[in-house]
Amino acid sequence: MYISHVSLTDFRSYRQVDLELVPGTTVFAGPNGVGKTNIAEALGYLASLSSHRVSNDAPLIYFGADQALVRARVHRGDQAVGLELEITAGKANRARINRANTVRARDILGILRTVLFAPEDLALVKGDPSERRRYLDDVLVALQPHHAATRSDYDRVLKQRNALLKSARASGRLSSSHESTLSVWDEHLVTAGSKLLRGRLEVLGALEGHIADAYDGLTDGSKPATARYMSTVGGAMDDEQDQGQPGNGTSGTPRSPLMDLDEGELHAAFLRSLALQRRKELDRGLTLVGPHRDELVLGLGTAPAKGYASHGETWSLALSLRLAVYRALCEDDSRPGSKPILILDDVFAELDVSRRRKLAAVVADAEQVIVTAAVVEDVPDELNGRILTVGPGTVSA
Amino acid sequence: MYEGAVQELIDEFGRLPGIGPKSAQRIAFHILEADREDMNRLADAIRAVKDKVKFCSVCFNVTEDETCNICRDPRRDETVLCVVEESKDVMAVERTRSFRGRYHVLGGSINPIAGVGPDQLHIRELLGRLHDDKIAEVIIATDPNLEGEATATYLARMLSTIGIKISRLASGLPVGGDLEYADEVTLGRAFEGRRVMS
Ligand SMILES: Nc1ncnc2c1ncn2[C@@H]1O[C@H](COP(=O)(O)OP(=O)(O)OP(=O)(O)O)[C@@H](O)[C@H]1O
Ligand SMILES: [Mg+2]
Ligand SMILES: [Zn+2]
Repeated sequence: MYISHVSLTDFRSYRQVDLELVPGTTVFAGPNGVGKTNIAEALGYLASLSSHRVSNDAPLIYFGADQALVRARVHRGDQAVGLELEITAGKANRARINRANTVRARDILGILRTVLFAPEDLALVKGDPSERRRYLDDVLVALQPHHAATRSDYDRVLKQRNALLKSARASGRLSSSHESTLSVWDEHLVTAGSKLLRGRLEVLGALEGHIADAYDGLTDGSKPATARYMSTVGGAMDDEQDQGQPGNGTSGTPRSPLMDLDEGELHAAFLRSLALQRRKELDRGLTLVGPHRDELVLGLGTAPAKGYASHGETWSLALSLRLAVYRALCEDDSRPGSKPILILDDVFAELDVSRRRKLAAVVADAEQVIVTAAVVEDVPDELNGRILTVGPGTVSA
Repeated sequence: MYEGAVQELIDEFGRLPGIGPKSAQRIAFHILEADREDMNRLADAIRAVKDKVKFCSVCFNVTEDETCNICRDPRRDETVLCVVEESKDVMAVERTRSFRGRYHVLGGSINPIAGVGPDQLHIRELLGRLHDDKIAEVIIATDPNLEGEATATYLARMLSTIGIKISRLASGLPVGGDLEYADEVTLGRAFEGRRVMS
């Protein structure tokens, strides 16, 4: 797919900017801090309703304005859709599709598909487990937008359940009313949680092979890249009663035994694990079991990636994780004109010449590629992109 | 910051649900400029509601008497009880005209974050009514959001031991919302299509 027109109003550093885009590669060039990433971010946000840089919406809105507006015309085959997203800090965002009545922002998920590469992706390999959980959940929502609700339901149940555990701990004993309410929240936690877990496992199933292939393609292929889901549900902690962390499993170990369970079986396993951890949860006033404590363990050869991979290896693995998403999305929707738009924010500057070439070759497969670069020479010639120059608050050809 | 009384009024309005600082300021200045007679009537209405209005001793709906109109009405079906979170939900259900039984107002929903558990709701009183009265069916009409669903699950589990028919409003209500925001037709349909929980 491709975008033919983007308009930003009070988004980040832009009061108003209108861009005409074409299929193929477009390079946004300009000095540091001028507003290149802001454009990449706006497109990514329109597709996923989340930013690759910040977790709340306030910084996306032009300083001092009440709301930001992102509009785009999205083409898929011979169909065109007008998307309009209104971002208001501290309030529910709203959207419009083809100038019709406003809908919930969530309703536009799935219309625009993008895969965004950015220097922040290094955190996928080096960062906390939450980065990798978010990675899986974002792909899940991209593939099946209705899971946006699963995710937010789970978060809300989790908050309520934690509040209850805390108040039970504060009162020093588990009253019968605590106990009966807790079992209600268990039920709701497990219902949303096993859905989320099942979704993540399916996503990993769709990504696994692509991650390994992409890593092979970017490197000399001597160390295979692996990704394995380590869950607090039905995991080792049931036997060991350990501190409630998924083990730092050595890679090379076979895939997660949960991969083959259906949602009902995951539901049962989740309930069992909760029951086993009940005492400890009450002691700590915290939910210790569930997808919010799980880990996606990445490995290179026989070593875990986190803490062991070199800087170059970390970059290749991070790129592979994103490329795998691109492949999985292409596979998911193979209709002509449905390939996701690739957005490469400042990545070429970070790569050596050989990786630049390889990435450029893979990326050429997409219908539209958006690149940002402070130094145009960093972008490989093969991409043969149209160059737009970004100045403060403006973009010109 | 404005001086004294004006700022106090703005602060008071700002504490009300759904009113932000800008609206609070606008309402305060509207009052300042409005006709004295009209504003006295407003003040009286607020005072009257606090002096006169109580909660029904049977169902906890708002009333000016010991019990509410609905509890006193002999034509209402005393074998069916509709459990709602707030008095405003009673109004919402009444508007559909698809329910002829009586109500029980819980006074909220189970919400640990807000510090509300079963003991803070009128659940004990509900049990009392179920033991004494001729109630044969309880329809749980809590809000279609997380806390409302959790409250429904809690009630269904607790009541299942008593041997009364328990049903929950059919889905189709806008999820995540308040009962009061559902339009009459949708809410009416939800009543007719209610599903039995136990
Ligand atoms: N909400 C906002 N309102 C106004 N300006 C903002 C807002 N958010 C960010 N900016 C400005 O946008 C600029 C950063 O833009 P951006 O991150 O797109 O830069 P860039 O062109 O990608 O730079 P680099 O080459 O260093 O990555 C900063 O100068 C920042 O002050
Ligand atoms: Mg940048
Ligand atoms: Zn009454």
